[in-house]
This record gives sequence, structure tokens and C-alpha cells, in this order.
Amino acid sequence: MSAAGRSRHSPAFRWGLLLLLLTVAGGLGYALLTLPDQAVGLSEQVSANMATSGVQNPVTAVLINFRGYDTLLEMAVLLVALLGVWSLGSAEVHRRIDPQPVLSLLVGGLAPLMILMAGYLLWVGANAPGGAFQAGSVLAAAGILLLLSSKRFPVRLMGWPLRIGLLLGLGTFTAVGMTLLFVSGGFLQYPSNLAGALILFIEAAATLSIGVTLAALFLGGRPQAGPYR
Amino acid sequence: MSSALLYALAGVSLFTLGLYALIVHAHLLRKILAINVMGSGVFLVLVALGGRTTGAEPDPVPHAMVITGIVVAISATALALALVLRVQAATGRAELPEEPLE
Repeated sequence: MSAAGRSRHSPAFRWGLLLLLLTVAGGLGYALLTLPDQAVGLSEQVSANMATSGVQNPVTAVLINFRGYDTLLEMAVLLVALLGVWSLGSAEVHRRIDPQPVLSLLVGGLAPLMILMAGYLLWVGANAPGGAFQAGSVLAAAGILLLLSSKRFPVRLMGWPLRIGLLLGLGTFTAVGMTLLFVSGGFLQYPSNLAGALILFIEAAATLSIGVTLAALFLGGRPQAGPYR
Repeated sequence: MSSALLYALAGVSLFTLGLYALIVHAHLLRKILAINVMGSGVFLVLVALGGRTTGAEPDPVPHAMVITGIVVAISATALALALVLRVQAATGRAELPEEPLE
């Protein structure tokens, strides 16, 4: 911390702050220490229903099947955050830099590998750690790497294709949920023989949307329709 | 002391550290970082407490909630950063004014 930052606060403020922090830490620590060793969690309900969930990874089963509402609304949160960023202004046009050959070569080799990795994480999420969010993050990292190394995304992708990519996850999730509402009578209640396929379908769309949304958030504004200068 | 409890207490420490930085620092970027450290502490507590089950497997529900929370934290951080950029563009400083704006 800088000297200027230190002198801004009076001694009384600092003693009060110390007291506040000790109270918070002490209270939370006490609450944790008095918890019972064995919790009455939901793990038994989850493991009892794993057979009907369509996947073998309990975390994926909870995310997309048992607590699908959470994940559906979380996709909406991502989209709303992006709308908020876009409403604040358009993305700055960065000066075009000439990437060094090593960077170009590295990014050119890494980006396809990362896309492959995202596909693997999506697929393996059914029975091991992995899934749509991890895959989407890797996809977004690939996109950010491309943006940073001033590889240009074609301008024609910045209009409708981008917006379709952003909406695909939430749209697919809602469409599957609504279809199931009319077919089987419950929103997001997958029939157990189709659950695995439906979860993979939703997760594939969600992966693409999460990747595109996070990379678009990185731009810090609405991408401009005109060509980059 | 079980390892789950140790991790949970580390999470509480992270939360308190973040709270300290959130109060002390005026720069908005530091405040955003502080909130993220606090969030990481909460996630650590949740994941650690998910391990207190009767079986060998940890409770998957807190883990799924943490994944949800991480994504929400990322999107909130991105929105906050965009807002900081706007504050900086409007006032020339990335700090909240001490006295209320006119």
C-alpha cells in the first residue's frame, strides 16, 4: 500500500476497522468450528437419483438435471451482464499491432488445440469432472487469445452470427424445457431414457454461448459494425 | 481438526482479507479485486463444507452451486470493469468522489 493511502485514514478509523474485521472473522470462524462433523446434505438424494439423471458425474447431474433452473437462470445472468456492458458503449478500436512471428505461430497452434480441449471437456463432463462451464471457459480463453494477438474476426461475424451465438445456450435450454413442459408435463423434467442426449445437447449449446459471451465481455463494449481501422 | 475445517477457515481468512481491502482502498479496480477475493473465500468455504458427508463422495450440490457462482462472479466483474471505465472516462479518476455529485 502506498504512503498516501496509509495517511488517508485516521488512527481511530484503523482501530475501528481492525475491530470490525476481527469480529467478522471471529464470528464466521466460530460458526464453522461449531458445525457438526457430518452434515445432513443432499448427497444421498443425489446418489439415489443418479440412475435416472442420464449422466454419471453427480455435479453435471445437479447442474443440468436436478437443479436445472439455477443453470438456466445463470445463462440469463451472463446475457444480462453482457447487455449491461454493451449498453455502456461500443468497444474501443484498438490500434492494430503487428504480432511477433513467435506469438502468431504460438496462437495459431494453441487456438485449435484449445477448441479441441473444449470439446473434450464438454464430452467428458457426463462422467468425470468437466462440463459446459469448463468447456465454455476454455473456448473463451481461445477467443481472448485470438483477440489479444490481433487476429481479426471477420466483420460479417460481428452482426447476427455473434448475437445468435450469444442466445443459443439460453434459447436451447428454454426450448428444451418448454418442449418437455408440453410433452411430459414438467419444465426441464427429462425422461430418463432421453436425459443423457438432452443434457449433451443443452451443454453443447451452452458451451458455445458461454465461450462467445465471455469473449464478448472481454471486448468491454458493443463491437462496432464498421470495419476495424 | 479435519482438513475440511482447515480449508473452510482459510476461506474465512480470504473473505476477511478481501473485506479489509474493499474498505481501505479507494481505487475502484482494487475494490473489484477485493470483492473477487471475498467471493473466492466464500467458494472455498462452500466446497470445503461439501466434504462433510457420511459417505466417501463429497456432496455434489455445493460444488454445482460454486460453478454457478463463479460464472456469476465473472460476469459481475466484467460489468463492474466496464462501469469503472465509464467512471474514468466521465470524471478522469477511477475513484468514487468523496462528496456527492452535483
